[in-house]
Amino acid sequence: MKQFTLVIIACFGLFLMQPAHSTLEIVITEGTDSARPVAVVPFHWFGEGESPYDFTEVVSADLLRSGRFKPVALSELPGLPSSDADITDYSAWARLGVEAVLVGTVDEFAPGRYEVTYQVIDPLRGQITGGLSSYLQDEDLAFEQDHILDSRTSVVLDTQFRQYAHRISDVVYEALTGERGAFLTRIAYVFVDPDADLPYQLMVADYDGENERVLLRSPQPIMSPSWSPDGSQLAYVSFENRRAEIFTQDIYTTQREKLTSFPGINGSPAWSPDGKKMAMVLSKDGAPDIYVMDLESKRLQKITNHWRIDTEPSWTPDSNTLVFTSERGGRPQLYRVDLDTAKVRRLTFNGEANLGGTVSPDGRSLVVVNQTNGRFHIARQDFPTGNFQELTQTSLDESPSVAPNGSMIIYSTTYQSRQVLALVSMDGRFQARLPSREGQVKSPAWSPFL
Amino acid sequence: MQHKTVMKGVILSASMLFLAACSSTSDESTVDERRSAEAGSQQSIGSGATESERRRGVETGAADRILTPEEERAQAREERQQRYADLRQEQTLYFDFDDASIRGEFAELLAAHADYLTRNPSVTVVIEGHTDERGTPEYNIALGERRAKSVVDYLQSLGVSSRQMSVVSYGEERPVVRQSNERAWAQNRRAILVY
Repeated sequence: MKQFTLVIIACFGLFLMQPAHSTLEIVITEGTDSARPVAVVPFHWFGEGESPYDFTEVVSADLLRSGRFKPVALSELPGLPSSDADITDYSAWARLGVEAVLVGTVDEFAPGRYEVTYQVIDPLRGQITGGLSSYLQDEDLAFEQDHILDSRTSVVLDTQFRQYAHRISDVVYEALTGERGAFLTRIAYVFVDPDADLPYQLMVADYDGENERVLLRSPQPIMSPSWSPDGSQLAYVSFENRRAEIFTQDIYTTQREKLTSFPGINGSPAWSPDGKKMAMVLSKDGAPDIYVMDLESKRLQKITNHWRIDTEPSWTPDSNTLVFTSERGGRPQLYRVDLDTAKVRRLTFNGEANLGGTVSPDGRSLVVVNQTNGRFHIARQDFPTGNFQELTQTSLDESPSVAPNGSMIIYSTTYQSRQVLALVSMDGRFQARLPSREGQVKSPAWSPFL
Repeated sequence: MQHKTVMKGVILSASMLFLAACSSTSDESTVDERRSAEAGSQQSIGSGATESERRRGVETGAADRILTPEEERAQAREERQQRYADLRQEQTLYFDFDDASIRGEFAELLAAHADYLTRNPSVTVVIEGHTDERGTPEYNIALGERRAKSVVDYLQSLGVSSRQMSVVSYGEERPVVRQSNERAWAQNRRAILVY
């Protein structure tokens, strides 16, 4: 009898320990043609038995999801080198048409710690130089291996394997594009399960949907999560007290602070890139207007003062200008206001309306929800005004958020009567959907670099 | 030949007479039902004849009492109160796309609620504003508030004190129908009076 009870308890314990299943897989809908092939060779494990972690599985997935690369199938690799020294025939790899070959090794360093070494190799360059190129330096001949684009080695804790794999993806991405990779980032979003006891949930996950965590469960709506620039806190709107209020929450300690609870709307919180201010929308004086609160002193500064709707503030990287949505011209359009001069200027002119604007982290692009012919889709234009480009062709898009390296946009769309998250690259050539198994997923926010 | 046409004519007129007779009876009974529904100073008569009377084959009727102006006003008030009580069961009104103006079809509904609120100044009501899913969530929060405030303004113009009313906008966050078509959108664009 005792044994039986023990078994039951063990099973129950196992059930409790199951992590929240990820609601974010990925379905690529467009753009595999423009993706450049790369060869990701499984890392060689010096120890016995199976390797403690499959780094290249995560790296391949990362590179694929960036929309820029297409890892070659394992079966097509001409060999399984573990370092540049193993490669005798660069032309075999060059023939694959790959931009780069990633090779590496894993070795046990100490209990729970592993030494990971990897190299990013350009097979075309290797074919030309034969693995060693020479140049003149002070009348002497010097040699270098410039076909090796990057080469690193680190000691990694076994609890950090996945994190380190994302780091490897960052290195490969930067070596090949010159841009910083955004694979070690997170996303926050709102998940709604109408049948649950507490239907509204604020979630945080790795950018690829792994390690999903519920930060808040509520019987009333949650909206508009916004990351602090150090990635440790989220600001959001909660209706838990039957009214709109802005809260901030530490994502590691669950500590919460109610920031505002003015009469009327308390909405659209936006953390300034320098971390010192929070832009927000308040309607306490009659109409929804943009305010900025100094986070240290909690003093409020009223930025816009118009009887028509002003909402959705978004900061430029210098933390001195806000882009926002306003109906002051009739229909919603995007405007900018410089905080020191208070001058307001209109930014968007395409289509029937433009709203939900966000400035890319490099300050060069403005991503908006554009309404044309009654359809709401994601578009971008050079910031502040310039080349306008439609990015998606779907009709119920909202809430775009840009990755910290400016390469990808995550947004919410409706697919088969359900709200799901989707990705589109900044040039529009890559599109993917993140289907969720049940419920609605909305209001995504991409974290800064972590 | 002629015989047939005559027969047809007889049947036709007979059925018409029969129908006429039926319809007039139903008219009478509707009028009487309305009268009996009123909590008025009149007594219900006519088709409310008792079983015994009906068996005896007679029906009774009565004349309308001539009301004094006082009594007329009281009766009108009673009728209106009853109608308002019925109307107040309905607490939702609907809006056109991207619009916050009160449609004419809801004037009576709001009059009923305004009447109740003015006669009960200690009662408070929360007016919720909602939108359909199109647009962006935060813009819809502002639009929902505009709708709710539109209702507040309307009720205020009917004499309701602003102290009795407060406003919350849920934007697109709490739809009643989770579908993406015109019909669903029309049902989600609403304001609700919550007591």
